[in-house]
Amino acid sequence: MKRATLRLQDGTEFQGYAFGADLATSGEVVFNTAMAGYPETLTDPSGSGLIMVLTYPLVGGYGVPSVEAKEANGLYSFMESEKICVKAIVVGDYSPEFSHWNAKESLDAWMKREGIPGITGVDTRQLTKMLRDKGTMMGTIIPEGVSASEPQVEDANLVELASCKDVITYQPTGTPVGKRVVLVDCGVKHSTIKYLLDCGLEVVRVPWNYDFNELSFDALFLADGPGNPDMCVATIENIKKFLANPTVRPCMGICLGNQLLAKAAGATTSKLKYGHHGHSIPVREVGSTKCYVTTQNHNYAVDASTLNSDWEEWFQNMNDGSNEGVRHKKNPWFAVQFHPETNPEAGDTKNLLNKFIETLK
Amino acid sequence: MFIKGKAMTENKIKKVLLLGSGALKIGEAGEFDYSGSQALKALKEEGIETVLINPNIATVQTSEGVADQIYFLPVTPYFVERVIQKEKPQGILLAFGGQTALNCGVQLFKSGVLEKYNIQVLGTPVQTIIDTEDRELFVQRLDEIDVKTIKSQACDDVEQAAAAAKELGYPVIIRAAFALGGLGSGFCDNEEELRKLAEKSFAFSPQVLVEKSLKGWKEIEYEVVRDRYDNCITVCNMENFDPLGIHTGESIVIAPTQTLSNSECEKLRSLAIRIVRHVGIVGECNVQFALDPQSEDYRVIEINARLSRSSALASKATGYPLASVAAKIGLGYGLFELKNSVTKTTSAFFEPTIDYVVCKIPRWDLGKFRGVDHEIGSSMKSVGEVMAIGRNFEEVIQKGLRMIGQGMHGFVGNKELQIDDIDSALKAPTDKRIFVIEKAFIAGYTVDQIHELTKIDKWFLEKLLHIFNINQELHKQTFGTLSPELLRQAKVYGFTDFQVARALGMEKEMDIDEALLMVRKKRKDLDIVPYVKQIDTLAGEYPAQTNYLYLTYNAVAHDIEFAQDHRSIVVLGSGAYRIGSSVEFDWCGVQALNTIRKEGFRSVMINYNPETVSTDYDMCDRLYFDELTFERVLDIVDLEMPKGCIVSTGGQIPNNLAMKLDAQQVPILGTQAKYIDNAEDRDKFSAMLDRIGVDQPEWSALTSMEDVNKFIEKVGFPVLVRPSYVLSGAAMNVCSNQEELERFLTLAANVSKKHPVVISKFMQNTKEVEMDAVAKDGEILAYAISEHIEFAGVHSGDATIQFPAQKLYVETVRRIKKISAQIARELCISGPFNIQYLARDNEIKVIECNLRASRSFPFVSKVLKVNLIEMATRVMLGLPVKKLEKSFFDFDYVGIKASQFSFNRLQKADPVLGVDMSSTGEVGCLGADTNSALLKAMLSVGHRIPKKNILLSTGGAKEKASLLDAARQLKEHGYNIYATGGTSAYLTQNGVENTLVHWPSEDGQHPQALDLMHHHEIDMVVNIPKDLSTHELTNGYKIRRTAVDLNIPLITNSRLAAAYINAFCTIPVDELAIESWSEYK
Repeated sequence: MKRATLRLQDGTEFQGYAFGADLATSGEVVFNTAMAGYPETLTDPSGSGLIMVLTYPLVGGYGVPSVEAKEANGLYSFMESEKICVKAIVVGDYSPEFSHWNAKESLDAWMKREGIPGITGVDTRQLTKMLRDKGTMMGTIIPEGVSASEPQVEDANLVELASCKDVITYQPTGTPVGKRVVLVDCGVKHSTIKYLLDCGLEVVRVPWNYDFNELSFDALFLADGPGNPDMCVATIENIKKFLANPTVRPCMGICLGNQLLAKAAGATTSKLKYGHHGHSIPVREVGSTKCYVTTQNHNYAVDASTLNSDWEEWFQNMNDGSNEGVRHKKNPWFAVQFHPETNPEAGDTKNLLNKFIETLK
Repeated sequence: MFIKGKAMTENKIKKVLLLGSGALKIGEAGEFDYSGSQALKALKEEGIETVLINPNIATVQTSEGVADQIYFLPVTPYFVERVIQKEKPQGILLAFGGQTALNCGVQLFKSGVLEKYNIQVLGTPVQTIIDTEDRELFVQRLDEIDVKTIKSQACDDVEQAAAAAKELGYPVIIRAAFALGGLGSGFCDNEEELRKLAEKSFAFSPQVLVEKSLKGWKEIEYEVVRDRYDNCITVCNMENFDPLGIHTGESIVIAPTQTLSNSECEKLRSLAIRIVRHVGIVGECNVQFALDPQSEDYRVIEINARLSRSSALASKATGYPLASVAAKIGLGYGLFELKNSVTKTTSAFFEPTIDYVVCKIPRWDLGKFRGVDHEIGSSMKSVGEVMAIGRNFEEVIQKGLRMIGQGMHGFVGNKELQIDDIDSALKAPTDKRIFVIEKAFIAGYTVDQIHELTKIDKWFLEKLLHIFNINQELHKQTFGTLSPELLRQAKVYGFTDFQVARALGMEKEMDIDEALLMVRKKRKDLDIVPYVKQIDTLAGEYPAQTNYLYLTYNAVAHDIEFAQDHRSIVVLGSGAYRIGSSVEFDWCGVQALNTIRKEGFRSVMINYNPETVSTDYDMCDRLYFDELTFERVLDIVDLEMPKGCIVSTGGQIPNNLAMKLDAQQVPILGTQAKYIDNAEDRDKFSAMLDRIGVDQPEWSALTSMEDVNKFIEKVGFPVLVRPSYVLSGAAMNVCSNQEELERFLTLAANVSKKHPVVISKFMQNTKEVEMDAVAKDGEILAYAISEHIEFAGVHSGDATIQFPAQKLYVETVRRIKKISAQIARELCISGPFNIQYLARDNEIKVIECNLRASRSFPFVSKVLKVNLIEMATRVMLGLPVKKLEKSFFDFDYVGIKASQFSFNRLQKADPVLGVDMSSTGEVGCLGADTNSALLKAMLSVGHRIPKKNILLSTGGAKEKASLLDAARQLKEHGYNIYATGGTSAYLTQNGVENTLVHWPSEDGQHPQALDLMHHHEIDMVVNIPKDLSTHELTNGYKIRRTAVDLNIPLITNSRLAAAYINAFCTIPVDELAIESWSEYK
């Protein structure tokens, strides 16, 4: 195998072997602690711009399912979006051989086709500890014999890149409940949309900066997405309008949607040292005995202390105490920082989504 | 964010009874010492008084300070009720003592005992346990939430079973309800097989289940924890390397799952949680799934509403203390109120994320049993297991295969396996199958072909092929041409220096021990060294203070720092449980760790057995969950630079490393390595005994048949023959005549120069006496002399032992003390040691001497109430130790150690005892006299006082005579005696009324012994083998085997039979004193 190097912003280098596309790439290096689910993680738009370090070392063993397979409504069957969103991956021990009934190709072949490089043979534990202690930083993957430029901190609006460009309407796949939901796409995962459709809702997916207030709809859904919520000025303005509308309609946000809803309500957000990326992050409902194991993928969090008196903190991270959800004290407006809807998730928190559906009935 | 709850203030429970699992047996082993110990510790933290019932005296949980009151009594409803009457606990924990405790708890619930004494079952309610254990109820409960199960038909007799199988279509699987570890279950391909198996199963259970077989499906397990607030987490998922059809206890297991997509993992995880919520578990539960390898179709195989072997594995694999958390949930805590004991700051409500892979491999000892079936399947046969941790699959499988300790060096580089037919050896799995895969690669089989034959997922096979290919690459090189790149690759994928040296062909030019040191030096010069990583439950996401460690080559940095201040003491553990070495050495290791800590040193443990307490990371300052090979121990010593290593508390594995480590200047604490060698080396030891004038049975190492005959001419039959293990693997045996000798030696392959056979005079009608002692600089500080109930000829690990010795001449004791002192002086012993003696009249001979703790150390320590290991450890640390002044005449009680056999799990094995050990566990009970202690001990290892009918076949003339009084006693107490030919005639001659029954070979004559047994008319069988003639063996074998298969208590030794019969005829069970350990003063 060809050698490759991962060079971090602070000059640290990790040696390994190249797989995937034979090119150099830079990005913000973050780690993800999920133990399975690399096809989903790689295609999650929230991963846009990131070099993803998978802490679980054995990767590639079950190959990659069909990347083209789609449902009738055009949403992908096995993937979270139409392409690999991360810029590169870093793994401990890539498995060139794969075995699974649903696999169509190897991870390597897929990454080659999509122009995404990978590096294997890296001490991902050591790398994770460095990121944990120093915070996320920029890094570059350089396969042997390939030249690379210095990494630039990108100020591109990742949401803009990940969002759809046009309004798309999806008909419910479950028993129709006769309600229309506007979903603001800041980089939504396909499984999120599929879940809402399965619940019998009609979904109008709108671009991140689209003023949905002019549409006719029954509820608002603020979906997930990558990066810093401060970049979504237009979205926040639109949400403010929605909240100010005398006709109160339900609203739910997830992940980036939590941050956007909180900001629209006047709170602030800040960057976490190294974010939350994994399938097993414990959160607790404030003031109750209910706890949930959640899937998360974000670098920013709401500063709960900045919420005004109409709002309250709903969920809290059990490890670091950061905010994991907010809700309005009177109106059916609420949001969670985690992903209650998707694969990789086991349905513990789906009842939160059901709560949203209930408010509509 | 740890939130303290109100659970305790709401709870009125002040005293809790915990049921242990009794003796170690196949299917129920050391994992319950771990789970019980953790639970007791958790209760103690809450200030709750604890009472433990467990006759397993060798465990850590039955040590001082773990529980407040300990009862060495059988875990049966009768004894538990008596303890409840006496102790009046408010709560009871049933989930920590395996199936034994669970079954006992269900019986106590059903009989109303728990209600009568107003005892609250903590944790999962009994009704839930019943729902999960009764197959029909279980299926019904899962049907309620549309979860698919393997539909089976419950049958109450063999005819029903046959009809059900016909309807389902063969192959089918049969399971006995309410049985542990798949006891009495198996696959049947046709009606004949079904009838045979069904009959056996009905002996264990009133209900037998017949179901369609899903052979070839994947087997996946989840460990789920739920609290009373309905919060649920799954702690780990695990995948079996071997597809469905092989009991999970018999399978290589990988955690986390490797071949499942995320959607499959999530589906099964959600199902597991739904099930646990629906049936109402409060605590810990294991859910087993079958998963179709071609779709997402699944079936739930079973769930275990208690701590299990799998939960112990999950706990060790992730660092999540399942047993402790389950105990606290039982007290009413919510998961969010408990903290992660690894990070100490984050919550216990989380799912461990791991960034390494673990592999569990079972350890079998089938070679120890005559006639046993080597095929593995749906019923458990393995006696222990190991767990390997690493950062790729190749690394862990190779580590694991070394850890099982059967002379294998990994997946490759082993001595050649003789396989005649690779296809059938792949198809019909045995304990050796993984090595057959290597054989198949050599023969040119492809991954696809092997997959077809084994149904093992191709991903695993590809990884094995990868190891094989690296080995091929190494074979093309020599030591001189080996590139750093290839050497590093080999190390990354789990090769040892030994495997590398062998593959390079270095053995041709030098001793392998020398060669591997050359490889070691080369790689260290190239900076190819392993790194130490932490198990922290969070994949490095949060800083952890954890001391739970493993080594890997897939790394560039250590997670920890090394003080190298010579304040740490490394204790080498005992490795996989096996016949001859199990929980007793774990106890010794833990006592050594405790003493080291208490004395202000840093304690470091190296061990890899997931069933142990010594591998709980809070037992020591640093736990290296890694190999006990010479190479790995040196790696750790290089990093730790300890003050010294203790090799005498972990049984034979560390003992065998002493010389090699010493040669590398590793400081060995206690007796010097050269003296260990002097005791281990038969020639040196023998010469020493001659020099100091101590007698020993005559012996010789012989290399030709001619010499063998000459030696026997001199000493006479019978003789004890030990063939070279390297060549044949055959066990040692006693031969009483020329015919037997020749037959046995042919069986054991030929005698040769390279592989001499050791023959010694076998002493008959001789007592065996054990000396366990601690010495300092050659002077004995404390000792315990115990005596075997059986005469010599029964392995000391199988014998029933009483301490203090009750029937030795004072003269004998005096001589044994004197000889022991001489040997201790001569070998400059500092630390624990054990000497085995033969004593006839007052003639004393030394059989062997081990300069390490022996199997009986926990037993004698607990009876003595003096911790001999603590004392020995202090000696080894160079601390002052006072001589023990306690005379055995001061004892007002007796301890009896009895052995637990697991023949019921070892199909076809002859349940006869001999010079090679076959028991899997032991108990130790106390009583005012031999009779009461023996009775408690025998009931603890599964004997039941016979109701009416006893079948006697009492062997040779001497044995017949020795059992005559016992037979008379039986008659006096109203028992009916059934006896076979010779025995019947002998009893009649001596005026003991009996009914003649016929041997299986006496076809056509009635009544037949076997018929009576099959009709459940016999309550106990005493069958003493006469000799090793084929005729005798076949007849006796059939009776013995039938007794085991039908679960009829069996005794095969005349001395033990006489003692036991005397005991139960003398004391009624209800007169046995119910006294805790502390009441024996």
